[in-house]
Amino acid sequence: MSTSAIVEEQAQPLIERQSMEVDIACAGFGPAMGGFLTTLAHAWNENPADPAFESKAAPGMPLQVLCYERADEISAGVSGVVTRGQAIRSSFPALNLAEIPMAAEVKSERVMYLLDPVGASRRSLFLRVADAALRLVGSMVGLKDHAFTLPWTPAFLNKHSGLVLSIGQFNQWVGSQLMATGLVQIWPGSPVAGPLLSGSKVDGVRLADQGVEKYGAPTDGFMAGMDVRAQLTVVGDGPVGAVGQALDEKLGLPEGHAHREWALGMKFVIELPEGTTLEPGTVWHSFGYPEPEIFGFLYVHPERLVSVGIFVPSWLHDPSRTAYRYLQHYIQHPALWKVLKDGTLRSWGAKSLEESGRHGEPYLCGDGFARIGEGSGSTNMLTGSGVDEAWATGTQLGEAVIELLRAGKPFTQENLNESYEKRRRASWVQQGAREAEDARNGFQDGLVKGMIGMALAGLTKGKLSLNAKIPAAHKQIRPFAAQPVEGLKLKNAAALAVADGRPLHDALLTARGWPEIPCDGRLLVSQQDALLIGGKVQAMPGFADHVTFRNVGLCIGCEEKTCIAMCSGQAITLGEDGAPAFEREKCVHCGACLWNCGQSPDGERSNIEFRAGAGGLHSAEN
Amino acid sequence: MANVLHIVVCAGIVPDPLQTLEPVTGPNGPGLKNEMVLPAVLDPWAASSLYEAAQLAAKNPGSKLWLVSLGPKAKLQQVMMTVAQKVAFELVPIDGPIGGFPDAHATAAALAESIAALPGLERAKLLLFGGWESATRGAGVTLQLVGERLGITDQFQGVDQITLSDDGSFEVLERVEGGKHQVSVCAGTPAVLGWATGNLAEPRNNPQIGMSNMRTIMPALAKARAAKLDANGLSYVSVSLPKQQRETRVVKDLTPDEIAAELVEWIGAE
Repeated sequence: MSTSAIVEEQAQPLIERQSMEVDIACAGFGPAMGGFLTTLAHAWNENPADPAFESKAAPGMPLQVLCYERADEISAGVSGVVTRGQAIRSSFPALNLAEIPMAAEVKSERVMYLLDPVGASRRSLFLRVADAALRLVGSMVGLKDHAFTLPWTPAFLNKHSGLVLSIGQFNQWVGSQLMATGLVQIWPGSPVAGPLLSGSKVDGVRLADQGVEKYGAPTDGFMAGMDVRAQLTVVGDGPVGAVGQALDEKLGLPEGHAHREWALGMKFVIELPEGTTLEPGTVWHSFGYPEPEIFGFLYVHPERLVSVGIFVPSWLHDPSRTAYRYLQHYIQHPALWKVLKDGTLRSWGAKSLEESGRHGEPYLCGDGFARIGEGSGSTNMLTGSGVDEAWATGTQLGEAVIELLRAGKPFTQENLNESYEKRRRASWVQQGAREAEDARNGFQDGLVKGMIGMALAGLTKGKLSLNAKIPAAHKQIRPFAAQPVEGLKLKNAAALAVADGRPLHDALLTARGWPEIPCDGRLLVSQQDALLIGGKVQAMPGFADHVTFRNVGLCIGCEEKTCIAMCSGQAITLGEDGAPAFEREKCVHCGACLWNCGQSPDGERSNIEFRAGAGGLHSAEN
Repeated sequence: MANVLHIVVCAGIVPDPLQTLEPVTGPNGPGLKNEMVLPAVLDPWAASSLYEAAQLAAKNPGSKLWLVSLGPKAKLQQVMMTVAQKVAFELVPIDGPIGGFPDAHATAAALAESIAALPGLERAKLLLFGGWESATRGAGVTLQLVGERLGITDQFQGVDQITLSDDGSFEVLERVEGGKHQVSVCAGTPAVLGWATGNLAEPRNNPQIGMSNMRTIMPALAKARAAKLDANGLSYVSVSLPKQQRETRVVKDLTPDEIAAELVEWIGAE
């Protein structure tokens, strides 16, 4: 059943489905929802007798606020982040970072340009010349370990006195605070299948069916997903969430908006060796390696833990994008390896980032619903910041909801526009989004042009930027057929390796000159091992596949099959019939397959449908 | 005729088995590194007993089910967000230390004290459930000690099934060597049953059960009694994890028989 099928209420009349009335139903628990629920709970705590907080769904009771989270734990969020944290600190003026494991205040920042010590990177001629020149004058400009550290951190990137966080730990801390108030219930392991729609009005959400087989047909222990009816549905299920996707499909996006720019963030959490000199709160940003288009980061947490990772963007035209292998090469760059080499892998994870910023902003509210967080286009692509912005949009909605409750006004589109959207438009989130909206223009044509565009937008606060026409995500994958003869030779070489049982993308990187990974069973492990050693991936039985292929014929005819190369958990492999095969038990729900599909049945959407599903990472250290 | 039962399930919380566990020695003795950071789950054997208890209570109208759990309050709350969706119960939280290293006698004393003080509990109707093993230590003695402290002499371990008769007696299947069960018949409650895996699958997450449970769970957590567990002179000479070895290899075109043969050879070589 597709998420949009929920629009048709009578589509499955024979299924007995429970229904429940609440006041506010929330989809997804992340920083945005944390901000929303915290704002609501703080206001209620100040005056629990406030009649505005009396439930309409259960008269005599406080407001019934239920939040459903797909992951098996609310701590299973995936992101080690650095954030300015101004909105978070505003919600918690007495914030004590010691209460949040893995949290630290930012103490130092640097930006590094990484040269290619291996010689396999896909660098343009211009970049090769620039690199050679840099190496020539290396000692004079402080080139060290094949890395050039910028003498300053551009103001738009600067996070000084901000926060280094593990989002998993932060979510857990926020969730505990919220549950302790008694106003809010947060239920993990409860994927939301989609919104309940009456026309364009949202009446609540439907939870995913349980006790079904791979394709959704009822089996032993079938339990139809419950309908949770609410006056207000808060949509914070991220960029690949089922509710947000269904609303986009139903309502469309505002004129000129589209979800076209993406990146996959993949990272390791590594325990540094004793005696490390890296202080908690140390932040490194990098660019230039393993490919020029791939940005990287290293954030140091307390207790000798470090988050280190990369962002593989949709504008990396190579169809054999493979984040895991690239990440392994990244951490072996001499500038990083010197601090990481004796470390131990503790965890690993991946997540899709909606990089369209304001260009991907959907309708923020409508009758009965409001959207917050990353899925609402709040991420600032210039500052590379999303968590604080997401939190801020949540608090803005929280304030708006309190205002409407106190005024006794219903959650109509008009009222939500006047309260929530108006707040957001007048805020620093909106100002930042405007400055950043064209900051990524240029990257489609390579690193150099992209950096110029970014600097232009950053230094002029968005007044100047490059022009760009961003194609749909599936068109950003360059077909193999368009590669020069040299590329085809590499493909042939790789085919031999594939015949020996290796994934094509992995073999292609090797054929292109990337050295084999010297697995040591401690820090450098196979991707399959990472699923267990670091990633801790599992899925509860009884749910349907959440990754499906709209038109299998298109998949069989697809030569690139980038979905396989970019699958973070190797959950998508090549099936015997030539179509991709999906194993939900290995999926980390990063959503990369959604935008790493080179085929489209309609010219905009990819051929992969990403639905609501349970399971995924069981790591709270991410 | 249905029997009215008062079932008390003792279930601790343990780190999610998928986590990387590393023993460390701190000022209070041995523990696991970053244990408060790691996601926790209900001890798997005890969880089986909870599901069996819920089914038994549902089949015997008028029965009551309590879940007694000792652990850090914040961690208990996190675990309950998942467990509360499974089956209906009344939580009796005891705010205590995390981990499987506190003395089993001290743990049993705290549990028994809380159980004995349960309002409305009738000892004559009591079935004390728990796991026969624990993912924290595997000593498997706490439940027996709780039973002894409550003066319950009919005790069964490694239970996979209980069948009640109308006269209040019940038949118990306990695991014995060779994949067989020992069948016992007990005249009636009270009794202690340490469960193996039972026969029930993990129940689906049911949002309505969750909401209903949470109305009592959060207030119970708010006023959870704190228990300080005495070491009773217990000391650990050494602590280690079972040896683990992972060797991953991608193979193609091997039949299941060939893979099985290779595994047998590998196990034999260990």
